[in-house]
Amino acid sequence: MMKPLSSIIEVVDLSHSYGERKVLQDLNLGIGKGEVFALIGPTGAGKTTLLRIIDLLEVPGAGEIYFDGKCLPRSGKQRLEIRRRMSFIHQKPQVFNLSVYDNVACGLRWRGEGKNRIAEKVDHILEMVGLEGYKNRNARTLSGGEAQRVALARSLVLEPEVLLLDEPTANLDPVSTAKIEQLISYVARQHNTTMIIATHDMSQGQQLADRIGVLLDGRLVQTGNVTDIFRSPQNEQVAHFVGMENIIEGVISASNEGIVMVNIGGNAIQAVSNHPAGKEVYACIRPEDITLALSRTQSSARNSFQAKVTRVTSFGPLSRVEINCGFRLVALVTKISAEELNLQVGREVYATFKATGVHVMERKTS
Amino acid sequence: MTEIWHAFTKAIELIISLDPEVMEIAGRSLRISGTSCFLASLICLPLGSLIYSHHFRGKRVLINIIQTLFSMPTVLVGLLVFVLFSRAGPLGFFGILLTPTAMVIGQMILITPLLLGLTISALSGVSKETVDTATSLGASGFQTVWLVLREARYAVLAAVIMGFGRAISEVGCAMMVGGNIRGFTRVITTTISMETSKGDFELAMALGIILLFLALIINIVLNRLQQR
Ligand SMILES: Nc1ncnc2c1ncn2[C@@H]1O[C@H](COP(=O)(O)OP(=O)(O)OP(=O)(O)O)[C@@H](O)[C@H]1O
Ligand SMILES: [Mg+2]
Repeated sequence: MMKPLSSIIEVVDLSHSYGERKVLQDLNLGIGKGEVFALIGPTGAGKTTLLRIIDLLEVPGAGEIYFDGKCLPRSGKQRLEIRRRMSFIHQKPQVFNLSVYDNVACGLRWRGEGKNRIAEKVDHILEMVGLEGYKNRNARTLSGGEAQRVALARSLVLEPEVLLLDEPTANLDPVSTAKIEQLISYVARQHNTTMIIATHDMSQGQQLADRIGVLLDGRLVQTGNVTDIFRSPQNEQVAHFVGMENIIEGVISASNEGIVMVNIGGNAIQAVSNHPAGKEVYACIRPEDITLALSRTQSSARNSFQAKVTRVTSFGPLSRVEINCGFRLVALVTKISAEELNLQVGREVYATFKATGVHVMERKTS
Repeated sequence: MTEIWHAFTKAIELIISLDPEVMEIAGRSLRISGTSCFLASLICLPLGSLIYSHHFRGKRVLINIIQTLFSMPTVLVGLLVFVLFSRAGPLGFFGILLTPTAMVIGQMILITPLLLGLTISALSGVSKETVDTATSLGASGFQTVWLVLREARYAVLAAVIMGFGRAISEVGCAMMVGGNIRGFTRVITTTISMETSKGDFELAMALGIILLFLALIINIVLNRLQQR
């Protein structure tokens, strides 16, 4: 795996508790200069807490963080200096009860920037986020999406080396979300800004990030590039979290040159894996990797099963089809194909998927 | 009854005709209480910010004491100032007893707890998220407090106006340390008190109406501020 050449942030053995509750446990993480890192995890996993510690708003219970090679001090004036090289957009954006202009200008003022420079930069950034007409509006009168853009502008105008974003698009409609995502990736590319984005929206992580870390219950369970996480989750929890809907228990019945047969209650699935025969495993298949057809078709896909449709639910342009082929599978097809194939409960279909589409992971019997 | 009605119409006349004595007394009240409120604010706003922004042992207790002193009896403050500044007192050499200066000092002491307490609670009313946001944007400790003061500006202003209201409407302290000297330390409340005891209601009522009117304005402004 690609190891960042020089880390700007290095988290070492970090743990943190609130009272009795352990919120972060033994975190180790390096973020490279210019890297966009997505921190994904369900609610309460500790994403915000980690970002707060990195931004020096909180002192960790144990462990160290290195910023640009220097260990973060636990107190003292240096904390402010280091904090000023970063910017943190909080989960609930708080605009100050001042004009939009003053909101965006305050970080620069606090850094002692000159009046003319401030005016120049603020105007530029407001234009960039599409709020140029809002300069004199009181920021408290803005809509949620507009306030979020002010919060973004307020941080971007500082041209930070590291930008921390905590759920930057939570509670926004799809259009505003897309706008903000565009802006984030624009800044990441143009300014080579290092970013850590906390999100529980997997697709957002997938879209924006170079690398993803999965935080579950205060532990960084897996880090890797997007494909790694989505194709090869390390354990059942991660698999569930990244939307791997088909997680099927089985046992490896044969293993030969990187191809295994996984026995699932009498049915055999072919998969690419190095696990030895006899190993208890989960076979994971992403629902969008399963093809449904009315007849058994000739193809290179190694797995094909006759099945009965047990349930069809549609959302948006997609249909989620549950089938039974001796074991339960969920397939995702477009609504149009579902209609063309006349997929209804009881209909006989053939489900096909490639051996490379199956991710095999060890089942830890506890 | 007719006597009271007569006094009332007379009082209205005094106000409408801008009677010099009424205007002089009302003006002095505004000056003295305005000064004491202004000076007390100069002390209490920074001090309140300081208490707000620092965490120390006994902070809660201190705030409790401050809040208890909100309702400090005015005569007690009068007594304190009188003892301190009387000829034989420790600060007697200033020779300011029975002057407007003594009244200003008395009123300052009187409203300091109120201003201090309300300032602290106004600042505490600013959300932790706002404070964190400022910190994240690179504000120093002082810059953060300054921002919080600005965020809480309406609540802080309300505190100042409450302080002014308490100062201008108190009588005990003004009477004891000012002495109600005509043309010198006579203010609205001391006049009302004296004239009433003389059975001379016209002037008392005119000043009473003015005081009520001031209270009304203060209330309207306060309401406006609390809606912001
Ligand atoms: N100041 C605090 N005091 C006590 N417990 C806290 C505090 N802040 C967070 N916690 C707890 O720590 C855990 C992690 O919280 P955190 O806010 O980091 O989660 P998160 O991953 O950001 O969740 P979400 O996606 O909901 O924002 C939660 O169980 C939360 O209740
Ligand atoms: Mg959070």
